[in-house]
Amino acid sequence: MAYSDKVVDHYQHPRNVGSFGTSSEVATRADVGVGIVGAPECGDVMQLQIKVNEHGVIEDAKFKCFGCGSAIASSSLATEWLKGRSLDDAMSIKNTQIVEELSLPPVKIHCSVLAEDSIRAAIADYRKKNGLAAESAAPAAAH
Amino acid sequence: MAPKLPIYFDNAATTRCDPRVVEAMLPYFSEKYGNSASRNHSFGWEAEDAVELAREQAAALIGANPKEVIFTSGSTESNNLAIKGAANMYAKAPAGQTGRGHVITATHEHKAVLDPCKRLQREGFDVTFLEPGADGIITAEMVAGAMRPDTILVTLMWANNELGTINEIPQIGALCHQRDVVLHTDATQWVGKMPTDVERDCIDLMSWSGHKMYGPKGVGALYVRRRKPRVRLEAILDGGGHERGMRSGTMNVTGIVGFGKACELCRQEMEHERERLLKLRRKLEAGLTSRIEVCQVNGHADKRLPNIANVSFGFVEGESLMMGVKDLACSSGSACTSASLEPSYVLKALGVGDELAHSSLRLSLGRWSTEEEVDFAIEAIVKAVEHLRTMSPLWDLHKEGIDVSKIQWQAH
Ligand SMILES: Cc1ncc(COP(=O)(O)O)c(C=O)c1O
Repeated sequence: MAYSDKVVDHYQHPRNVGSFGTSSEVATRADVGVGIVGAPECGDVMQLQIKVNEHGVIEDAKFKCFGCGSAIASSSLATEWLKGRSLDDAMSIKNTQIVEELSLPPVKIHCSVLAEDSIRAAIADYRKKNGLAAESAAPAAAH
Repeated sequence: MAPKLPIYFDNAATTRCDPRVVEAMLPYFSEKYGNSASRNHSFGWEAEDAVELAREQAAALIGANPKEVIFTSGSTESNNLAIKGAANMYAKAPAGQTGRGHVITATHEHKAVLDPCKRLQREGFDVTFLEPGADGIITAEMVAGAMRPDTILVTLMWANNELGTINEIPQIGALCHQRDVVLHTDATQWVGKMPTDVERDCIDLMSWSGHKMYGPKGVGALYVRRRKPRVRLEAILDGGGHERGMRSGTMNVTGIVGFGKACELCRQEMEHERERLLKLRRKLEAGLTSRIEVCQVNGHADKRLPNIANVSFGFVEGESLMMGVKDLACSSGSACTSASLEPSYVLKALGVGDELAHSSLRLSLGRWSTEEEVDFAIEAIVKAVEHLRTMSPLWDLHKEGIDVSKIQWQAH
């Protein structure tokens, strides 16, 4: 399968790889929201962490991804798009935008869905830790 | 010396046609273009002579009589003809009924064996799909344990295409002869690389293919035993009665000439080639397992073909690994082409966990593989695995001492 130049670029130079601590450390940090979606036996696991400041703005975002090149690119791109956004604004990121930006073929659309799910999961985790109600209860896209 | 890129390490998928084979074929396109079935003129005789020479070359490679070699379009056709042809010939009840007889095969066979067997199942035969051990091998004991009074056919590959593991075919052949059961073996990956003697090894039916042994694509053969016992088949292709009625259709003379030449070259060069490839494969496997943590070679340690290495790398995903080694043409254990990813059913049959099955590469060497290419491949794979592990959340969990297989993932 031929990958788009943008996917190859994210694969070779992933943006914002990393985490804000070990899994047990971030579990207790109220300023960090963690989203982990997927399963190893399905061939992809995405982990997205957001660091939110006191104004409810995403200051920093980091990802780790076990998955194909398109999954890596989708999560890498998600971290770029999240930085500087408010939580509500971040919730508006749609998988279709990721598909368009990375020129993902139909068989790779699930990678973008996973990225959207991981954004929603990270935000939900942050809100839960801070006793905030889930702003919009829109469920993640079915897949 | 830096090797020429990209490197071809996918010889189990297909091989380069040997230039000596191409040279032998060339006259048969536009100079010696006769139909080998034309009995009335020199064009036909010339073509027939060429086909019969190829039959001798093919028979010599496997210790058979030339009359026992049927030319086909490749192993898929040979397997279909052998499996359906034998089952229908030796059926215990007519078509349309159940209880037509019992067939034994294995879960990690090639689709060109599994699917004909599944069709037999739908057509009234009982089929047992043996499960290999963790080493990937089917033993004579496993086959003996599955045999029934109504068993008519055993079909098991000699060497596995994904793993290179070698089944106990000679022992299984002896068992089948004792019990009057027909043995078919898909020897596509075996013949031409390993010494074969259908008499010594008690084979009744055997498929092999030109393009896996430096010959052309679209031509192969089926060995059909003629004596002790005489094995009969019901044809699939009916028509002009070519190949003793077992496979009608004008012969692919050019392809068959190439196939014969490829068989001859394999017979002459096998011994030397085997040793050379085994050294290279061992170097490749040692290079990877010594430098990469959580890395395993799949299948039996020794009972494997000299040219196939199947290696899993924990906590990295196969397709992204392939992307990282783009100068290396090889196969991955999983195909991430749909929302529900299917890890290799062959690795699953061995009990390799799904996540390791997703993280495997099949590297298959061939006649032109060099040590420089092996060195390059090791470096490229080590680098790609390291790159991917810096990104892998599973690698982090593993490093934190968490057993990834025990986590409840929210599958999607
Ligand atoms: C074990 C095995 N059987 C059958 C086949 C099919 O062979 P062919 O391409 O000649 O039809 C292959 C090759 O893909 C193979 O590896």
